[in-house]
Amino acid sequence: MTDIAWIELALTAARPQALGALLRYFRDLDIAEEAFQEACLRAIRTWPDKGPPRDPTAWLIFVGRNSGIDQVRKRSKNDPLPEEEAFSDLSDAEDDIADRLDNSNYRDDILRLMFICCHPDLPNTQQIALALRIVSGLTVPQIARAFLVGESAMEQRITRAKARVAKAGVPFETPGAEERAERLGIVSSMIYLVFNEGYSAGITNKDSAAFCDEAIRLARLLLRIFPGEPEIMGLLALMLLQHSRAHARFDGQGQIVLLEDQNRLLWDRRQINEALALLDKAIRHRKPGSYQVQAAISALHARAAKPEDTDWAEITLLYSLLERLHPSPVVSLNKAVAVSKLRGPDAALDMLVPLADALGSYFYFHGVKGGLLMQSGRKAEAREAFDRAIALANSPAECAHIRQQIDKLGEVGVPVG
Amino acid sequence: MLYAILCYAHEETVFAWSKDEEDAVMAKLLEVQAPYAKAGKLGPVGRLMPTTAATTVRKGKDEALVIDGPFAETKEVLLGFYTAEFDTLDEAVTFSKELSAVNPGSSSYEIRPFYVFHPGDMKNSESKT
Repeated sequence: MTDIAWIELALTAARPQALGALLRYFRDLDIAEEAFQEACLRAIRTWPDKGPPRDPTAWLIFVGRNSGIDQVRKRSKNDPLPEEEAFSDLSDAEDDIADRLDNSNYRDDILRLMFICCHPDLPNTQQIALALRIVSGLTVPQIARAFLVGESAMEQRITRAKARVAKAGVPFETPGAEERAERLGIVSSMIYLVFNEGYSAGITNKDSAAFCDEAIRLARLLLRIFPGEPEIMGLLALMLLQHSRAHARFDGQGQIVLLEDQNRLLWDRRQINEALALLDKAIRHRKPGSYQVQAAISALHARAAKPEDTDWAEITLLYSLLERLHPSPVVSLNKAVAVSKLRGPDAALDMLVPLADALGSYFYFHGVKGGLLMQSGRKAEAREAFDRAIALANSPAECAHIRQQIDKLGEVGVPVG
Repeated sequence: MLYAILCYAHEETVFAWSKDEEDAVMAKLLEVQAPYAKAGKLGPVGRLMPTTAATTVRKGKDEALVIDGPFAETKEVLLGFYTAEFDTLDEAVTFSKELSAVNPGSSSYEIRPFYVFHPGDMKNSESKT
């Protein structure tokens, strides 16, 4: 790793905290971003000779703040003077180095920066793009490649999303406990969206696959500033467990490999162990939440050395708990899969009946249904379900996977129903 | 003399490494360790999980408190440790300098002599992998 590569990593790592603090001072995202950018440029110029400062984040906040003040002054020569309260406490720049690591401030700074990306008017894809641009500091071309759109289209999308956020007004007052808890929940969902964007791309798109690492990094950051929140532990554990299977989820041709067919030696034990440690910590709080339960389910798979060792009874219980905490037809569908392992395909097919309306246009529902019908020997109905699944597939890999199932239908050994 | 060599660094930066960057650094660190291991000077080497995986038990008024997170909120955290047997402090310093040279993530290596309080009897395979 070269010096410059190292400095760039340090800048990326410092970004959420530094930009969050600058946003608090200037109360304007554009000014804050420009100020941070300027601080980064100075870092790249001066750090290689002088060596990195002991506290890079504090350095960036200090330099960024001074450069932001200059910008505001320059603008004010042409524009009418901004109102005093437009940027808070600019006078005490000296004091600032002293309170630079004031924990209570900086954790809300980071949370605010993440929170403004989750505006409810923004569609999911824009929330993801905005978070990756603002919080993670990915470049527009990087994000555009991941979403398979042109750079100018992505630039426009992000500009529009930012305008939306600015219009809505950024909440600058320090949140109360209840509000903070609510923000944490919303930010957690956004981080999981970022993860899923990468997860569903799998290995087909390297740029979006990197989103998984980024989401894990953001969750670690969030947990570091809110260390006693079991749901953030659960979220991080869940993502680590899902990500631990990254090298086993697809075969050499890019085809999906189902959990039970995956080579478990390819699972990343380090990620699994970290996830198990986090889950152990979370469970001590006795405040179950949906991320914790999902992670616990995923952990039972991770603990099974062979598919036959999987504790399906415990998984079924956990899905029942999840149904209570977070009722959703998709959760019930997953529970049916677990039940099929315990009590056979017919019991599971019964559970699918009430879900048909809600999940009628869901790829996975028809894929599961086809699989269960096949196990049950009802070939014609299975074929019908698989055809429906293919029509609803979201990716070539999903399509190919169902085709394989259809091929199996024709093979000898499948009982004729 | 037995030495514990404790590696400190900025956690945010090290855990922002991509898999390739991480693998490259780990490969170089292994290269540095190899001759020492071959000479029979190296004991267990441990890499610590992120501080988010840490739990701290702190003495309370009545009962000890269990706190999520590391012992102290610091910019630089303990990331890993080496145990080794060296004849001189110079040798420990040389080893630490070699590690430092190939690890852009580390900021300090603290060299702390120690004595064996209990030789260890872990049976779990995890300690061997």
